[in-house]
Amino acid sequence: MSTQALWISKTGLEAQQTRMAVISNNLANVNTNGYKKSRAIFEDLLYQNIRQVGSQSSQDTELPTGLQVGTGVRIVATEKNHTQGSIQQTGNSLDMAVTGRGFFQILRPNGDITYTRDGSFKLDSDGQLVTSGGYPLEPSITVPSDALSVTIGVDGTVSALQPGNATPSQIGNVTLADFINPTGLDPIGENQFRESLSSGSPIVGTPGESGLGQISEGALETSNVNVVEELVSMIETQRAYEMNSKSISTTDQMLQGLIQAL
Amino acid sequence: MDTSLYVAMSGAKQVLVSQAVNSHNLSNANTTGFKADLSQFRSMPVYGPGLPSHVYSMAERPGIDFDLGSVQQTGRDLDVSISNEGWISVQAKDGSEAYTRAGDLRVTPEGLLTTGTGLPVLGGGGVVSIPESEKIEIGTDGTISIIPLGDNASTLTAIDRIKLVQPELKDIVKGQDGLFRMKDGTPALANAQVTLISGAIEGSNVSPVEAMVSMIELSRNFEMQVKMMKTITENETVSAKLMQIG
Repeated sequence: MSTQALWISKTGLEAQQTRMAVISNNLANVNTNGYKKSRAIFEDLLYQNIRQVGSQSSQDTELPTGLQVGTGVRIVATEKNHTQGSIQQTGNSLDMAVTGRGFFQILRPNGDITYTRDGSFKLDSDGQLVTSGGYPLEPSITVPSDALSVTIGVDGTVSALQPGNATPSQIGNVTLADFINPTGLDPIGENQFRESLSSGSPIVGTPGESGLGQISEGALETSNVNVVEELVSMIETQRAYEMNSKSISTTDQMLQGLIQAL
Repeated sequence: MDTSLYVAMSGAKQVLVSQAVNSHNLSNANTTGFKADLSQFRSMPVYGPGLPSHVYSMAERPGIDFDLGSVQQTGRDLDVSISNEGWISVQAKDGSEAYTRAGDLRVTPEGLLTTGTGLPVLGGGGVVSIPESEKIEIGTDGTISIIPLGDNASTLTAIDRIKLVQPELKDIVKGQDGLFRMKDGTPALANAQVTLISGAIEGSNVSPVEAMVSMIELSRNFEMQVKMMKTITENETVSAKLMQIG
């Protein structure tokens, strides 16, 4: 039926629409700390075998190519790109940025551990280190209420200077978690990721050791979205969308011609 | 009279029925929490003397498209959207318990929490009623907390919890009023796994692209059926001429 072209172009339009949604999400999060950009990945749908390639055309000869008609396109995945974002100095002693691999661990109210690259931590009413959303850092670090200053080393050692002491005392250690496949982490919003079957189990360690990145104090990792790349992708998506709708209107005109001519 | 004319007519008539379902979907492309209707054709052969060579067509609605609609951030305290699966329980106009995805909630002057269309939302024990308050917040598990009128922010108290359900999709059917109910009529059990997002509503899940393409295909289909009817009529005219004397 000649209307197959209509439905194939429809899959093209819907795939481009979803790609546009992914690009818009990247652009909307261009200033989000710790955000990792997504990319839509397309795949072609199954082919209808009208004439099987390799089948016998006669006793001694076989078909070199078959007749296969495709059924369209779909978006098979949105891949998160975990490249390093740029480091922005803030001067805030509780802000941390990871340079290299590794995620901060966050404790959710229901006991789950989630992972994030957003290192803008604050103190809550008990002096505990929490994210901007109020979730505590895991393992939890509590700053004494009379601490004059807090320092975080590149290996995650947290020390606080208390009045009456000449040297700062160590109050805790920030550990990072790494994954075999960070792309497989499940984004849940609030700048956090959850472990999934395809990401592998978290490997927790000290920053700077066994491949983990180091912690920079007083800095934040900004989004790794490249605005120019997103705008070019947007142009490409728009034109692909127009081409698919042209295909629909051409098929429609062909059907109209068929009905009027006969 | 050749009955093939009636077969072509049934084709054209059922295409119009399917076109009506499609228009219904397209007109609800902006309705909060709307779930699109699916439409399909079925062949109905006529059994009688001889072989079933006359096959009529029939359009039917086999089910509902339960895909998720787009989430629109509104920033309004009382707007809720369900993340992934789940339904909000409301009291339908006939008093029965029904389910909907439309989370544009508001408080009536009588203190009832209703959806945008005026249906009271069900909570732990019947309809949710909100006393006079300065601020209302709805938590991710459906808990409604208020700051009573005249008190300050530290007196946020939980007063009720919206009944959220997650029955199997095969057990839900869409009623005449656009609300969903269990097939066997019994109310579903509350489910604590359903989570809400505050400050956002779920739009319609109608895909305008699919609706437009369906519309093009159905209208071409209709033209072909009418063309068929015209050809059959011409055949009849010619065969009637055969009978004329002179």
